[in-house]
Amino acid sequence: MASSGLELLWVSLPQLGKGAAQTLSISFLSIAISTVGGVLYGVLRTLNSTWLNAILRVYLELFRAIPVLVWLYLLFFGLPIFFGLSIPSFWCAVLVLSLWGASEVGEVVRGALHSLPRGQREAGLSIGLDGPQLYGYVLLPQALKRMTPPTINVYTRIIKTSSLAVLIGVVDVIKVGQQIIERTYESVLIYGALFLFFFFICYPLSAASRVLERRWTQA
Amino acid sequence: MKTAKSSLLLLPLLGLALLAGCNKTEEPTKPAATSASYLEKIKARDKLIVGVFTDKPPFGFVNEAGRYVGFDTDIGRQFAKDLLGDENKVEFVAVEPASRIPFLQSDKVDLILANMTVTPERKEAVEFTNPNLKVAVQALVPQASSVKNLDDLATRTTIVTTGTTADIWLTKNHPDWKLLKFEKNSESLQALANGRGDAYAQDNLVLFSWAKQNPGYRVLTQTLGAEAPIAPAVKKGNIELRDWVNVELAKLGEEKFLLKLYDQYVRKELSDDTKPESVIVEGGKWQG
Repeated sequence: MASSGLELLWVSLPQLGKGAAQTLSISFLSIAISTVGGVLYGVLRTLNSTWLNAILRVYLELFRAIPVLVWLYLLFFGLPIFFGLSIPSFWCAVLVLSLWGASEVGEVVRGALHSLPRGQREAGLSIGLDGPQLYGYVLLPQALKRMTPPTINVYTRIIKTSSLAVLIGVVDVIKVGQQIIERTYESVLIYGALFLFFFFICYPLSAASRVLERRWTQA
Repeated sequence: MKTAKSSLLLLPLLGLALLAGCNKTEEPTKPAATSASYLEKIKARDKLIVGVFTDKPPFGFVNEAGRYVGFDTDIGRQFAKDLLGDENKVEFVAVEPASRIPFLQSDKVDLILANMTVTPERKEAVEFTNPNLKVAVQALVPQASSVKNLDDLATRTTIVTTGTTADIWLTKNHPDWKLLKFEKNSESLQALANGRGDAYAQDNLVLFSWAKQNPGYRVLTQTLGAEAPIAPAVKKGNIELRDWVNVELAKLGEEKFLLKLYDQYVRKELSDDTKPESVIVEGGKWQG
């Protein structure tokens, strides 16, 4: 039993590897885009422009109120039906996870920027820094401490949520696992392997977040 | 949790179905115009795009080598060979039970070959070709169970897999029965094995296959509803491709092609006294 299980895992490695590559490339592309988009969102929200804030609020609420699964369906199946616009499943997953991730990271960045003492902004301006310098040298570096742990939390959620893309035809690592289970009925073994996979991707992230948090609170 | 997830799935589907319906009535001449060139479109692309199951042996699954194979999947390869001259000119898309119809409605695939049972509701949404299989829903119980017939299930817990014919039929015809739903066939079987329900209602082929591999279970002889056809499906209004598939199925029927696939994939799953004609529909000549 044990040896046949190991054998099954061994012969399944290429398939699981392909699925893992899909999961990881979708997740890390989405994380990268979410981070850039989220910082941009956070900065724009602190500029206090009324109409810009209104637009960003609508964007935030849309991604807060509507589940990722529904977004995937709407963009993947809805766009071709209503607008003749067809996005490949891989990129549709990246698009939805990025937009969702950016709204989550963005709120973290906004909160972190808002939590800085008002004097920091005023001091920066009074020594003649312009907008980009103010954010680049004064505000964002200080906000970084406060936003890193919750942002890493968003990253692990993006990685885990990427498995929803199976509904639009993306064959991710969980789907590959299910393909093997339905053929062999070895569910405990395969889900065990998936557990380890996600654990070893997500745990280092949360461990890093905890270490940073501790180091920064001591400093 | 399970029910919340499946109702989320239904929400956009419902919206899409409604709106897709609106589109169709507004432009009644369009389907004829577009479908006249559909086979040419596939030939120009030089690739047939087919939605298949990748985790439902023996119909559509992934073998040890990582290749998409199975009774339905191999029919897709044969279609590509006869239409485009090469069985490898086919692109398989992994579909889930709930995503089969949206994949057709949004033109993401040419054809769905994923064990789809023909029902009146689905006929409204897609264009079925002639069938390639037939199926009836039955119920699996542990050998030692006191359940004798279907009526006994009224007071017990019946397991179903979300979105399957069994799920839809029981919800409609026995709304008072207690159902326990799972997303995957393997999860449902696991739940029955763990005693979380008294019976598992599912397509009989799936149950026969499980019962053969796992002694200690029996299938109740009564069926839930009548025997139903399982057929390939194309987009609603795509008469040209539907007719091509029908001619193709008739031609393959003369070669007894489905029987070959049955021998290759299905026969070993079922008990020795199962007749192929009770499972496959050769040549598309049976309408249920």
